[in-house]
Amino acid sequence: MKKVILFIGAVLMATSISAQKPKKNAKVSFEVDGICGMCKKRIEKAALNTKGVKFASWDLKTHELSLIIDERKTSLKTIHESVAAVGHSTKEVTCSIESYNNLDPCCKYNDEDVIKDHQ
Amino acid sequence: MKKNIIILFLILPLVSIAQDTLKGMAMVQENGQMSGLPGATVYWLDTDIGTTTNDKGWFTIKYKPEYKKLVISFISYRTDTIEVTSANQEIHHILKDESELEEVVLNAKKKTTSISYLSTANISTISSDELLKAACCNLSESFETNPSIDVNFSDAVTGTKQIQMLGLNSPYLLIAQENIPTVRGASQAYGLTFTPGTWIESIQITKGAGSVVNGYESIAGQINAELVKPLTDDKLFVNLYGANNGRLELNTHFNQILSDKWSTGLYVHVNDRSKKNDQNDDNFLDMPIGSQINVMNRWQYQNVETGWVGFLNLRYLNDEKQAGEVNFNPDIDKMTTNAWGSEIETNRFDTALKIGYVFPEIPFQSVGFQTAYSKHNQDSYYGLRTYNIEQESVYSSLIFNSIIGDTRNKFKTGFTFTYDKYKEMVELVDYGRNENSIGAFFEYAFDNLDEFSFTAGLRADQHNKLGFFVTPRFHLRYAPWEKAVIRGSFGRGKRSANVFAENQQLFASNRSINLIEDGGKVYGLDPETAWNYGISFLQGFNLFDKKGDVLIDFFRTDFTNQVVVDWENPQEIAFYNLDGKSFANSFQTEINYNVIENVDVRLSYKFYDISTDYKDGTNSKPLVPKHRFFANAGYKTTVRNNSYWMFDLTYNLVGKQRFPFTGTNPTEYQRPEYSPSTNLLNAQITKIFSPKFEMYIGGENITGTTQDNPIIASENPFNPYFDSTMVYAPINGANFYTGLRFKL
Repeated sequence: MKKVILFIGAVLMATSISAQKPKKNAKVSFEVDGICGMCKKRIEKAALNTKGVKFASWDLKTHELSLIIDERKTSLKTIHESVAAVGHSTKEVTCSIESYNNLDPCCKYNDEDVIKDHQ
Repeated sequence: MKKNIIILFLILPLVSIAQDTLKGMAMVQENGQMSGLPGATVYWLDTDIGTTTNDKGWFTIKYKPEYKKLVISFISYRTDTIEVTSANQEIHHILKDESELEEVVLNAKKKTTSISYLSTANISTISSDELLKAACCNLSESFETNPSIDVNFSDAVTGTKQIQMLGLNSPYLLIAQENIPTVRGASQAYGLTFTPGTWIESIQITKGAGSVVNGYESIAGQINAELVKPLTDDKLFVNLYGANNGRLELNTHFNQILSDKWSTGLYVHVNDRSKKNDQNDDNFLDMPIGSQINVMNRWQYQNVETGWVGFLNLRYLNDEKQAGEVNFNPDIDKMTTNAWGSEIETNRFDTALKIGYVFPEIPFQSVGFQTAYSKHNQDSYYGLRTYNIEQESVYSSLIFNSIIGDTRNKFKTGFTFTYDKYKEMVELVDYGRNENSIGAFFEYAFDNLDEFSFTAGLRADQHNKLGFFVTPRFHLRYAPWEKAVIRGSFGRGKRSANVFAENQQLFASNRSINLIEDGGKVYGLDPETAWNYGISFLQGFNLFDKKGDVLIDFFRTDFTNQVVVDWENPQEIAFYNLDGKSFANSFQTEINYNVIENVDVRLSYKFYDISTDYKDGTNSKPLVPKHRFFANAGYKTTVRNNSYWMFDLTYNLVGKQRFPFTGTNPTEYQRPEYSPSTNLLNAQITKIFSPKFEMYIGGENITGTTQDNPIIASENPFNPYFDSTMVYAPINGANFYTGLRFKL
């Protein structure tokens, strides 16, 4: 019985340690504004250009950016910033007007005409 | 199509309309005119509240905020469901004709043969739809509508079709089945006819160096055939085929999904070619008589939660052929001079196991393991010569896929193990041998997700006959502007030539075999090594609103050593190590264009320049045309009630071909320097009655182009001049066939 308790204790300790330790392959996702296939390319590229991002996939329908990141090398905030830097706002970081203006005409996701065109 | 479904929401501030009713109009469009559709049914989804439109197409229906989805339907029009958010709107909805809809769906369909814009290597994919354009009874006949691969006849006795790419024979191609090399060694000559066409799901053709992952043997390119999978193939499939030359085929597939993880399939192919044909009256069969039984059982496992996938394949094949003189009776005349005849019996057993694991948390990382065992046994005699070969083969590979840093930098690495045990008897000479190799490979792929990507691969192998060697391969892709791709590649390949198995047609002649041994380890000959360089340009375009693409490519294969096959002495065939230069240049240009609605056209021109230093001087490769022109046109009618027609026409112009030297033969056994050019026309009509049933009728070589007198000394096959290897055109005249496909 003692052994069992010891074992459970060890397992609990191990899991609590791993919960605190930054994960090498952490799955995270957040919403990013965008509207077309070109946006998808730009968003994914910006994400991958951030050190520590291993995998990036942006869903055109749900606007969800799914990532696999090395938490030891990067943080979510950095990624929000690098995506916003190329003109795509997230819930946490709004992109600058300049970067938004630099987007290709078909990518202006806040423009009503563009939104209509993509519907 | 989706965006063509026009849903008009006219938001009108109609105060007069009460909140609890919704007003709207159902319309149709005919010849550009809109009109109201009377009698259409309108109802709220999942309720029994409904109405019909009046004689002008108007309707009024009760509205409650919880009613969100309005359904409008009318016979022969597509039923539409409209989202309604409030009653403060008037609905104007246009219903679409059912047939109109499907027509558009068809237009959006993928091309049946596509050249990738994204991959670094020059890969084109032939889908199973492309294979329906011709009878495609087996893998060797699956390339007739594809200009990258040439189909030639090897000899006038066995009627075997040989494929070539970049002007080089199939031994210089790596031919794999689901990435396991299969048509090699003993099965080189007839192996392509051992994969029934209906088993093929798709074919990937890589021109040039190719990847290092599947081995070091490919020189001119790689062909990989993916087979149908129990999970996705039709539950039941039946195909019957019959041709006026007496060939009958039956293909049946039975697939069963056993659980959410397991599925299995049983695939049976039988064919019978028992009718004797001798249209050219040379007393030789135009094509062999025979039969084939081919049975495969596949097991597929997949577990989405754990990420494990697996395949287990078992296959047994028996193929029998009899060729030679029409009156040859094997029971009495075998190995006598009563009549010239040949029998080729092949038994083959294959089994393959594939296991794959995708890390559930990290989709870019996976491990794959495959292992295959095959035993191929061919017993044969050609006239007075016997040729028996047995090959036992083991192929195993382990491959690991992952990334470096992020998914723009991918790599594949792993090990390969091969073992081949040959028992080979050429008449009384024993050429038995064992070959084995172990190798490791690493392939790095970079993709900037935009205009630039490359793949660099290297493998190192230790082979008991070829020694230790490294194989580099490199591919690069650059997209300079929209819809344009420039590709470049180079790489090396190395292989040991199976001189007899690959040149089996020599036995159907009375040429003596002159094997000039040179201290090499396989037949006394050195391994073949060659570098392949390629460059290509692909440009997609939109002309008059129709899609098309243009492809230009140039490849050069430079042999550093080659086992030269020398046919230039009409009394012998010589095999020796290359002393000097040998190269093959290939230039191809191709245009694909969707000329008018439902009509696709493909045109191609090819130029080959193949030159080898033979013992008696430099010469071009015999029986390979310098010029070829290819045209294919396909037309599909509009789909009505799931039913439509398909028409396909393929034309090949094959330029003059050089005959091997025959000047020392008696005059009547001589051949001119060059053959005439030949025209070949194939056509097929397919009627799809429903997704379950279709029938086809077609003709091969409709114009009946044949070669007069294809066999030298056919009237006296035991004199020293007898030779059936000088074939430049079909032996058979026009061949018409019909067949049906039924699926559940």
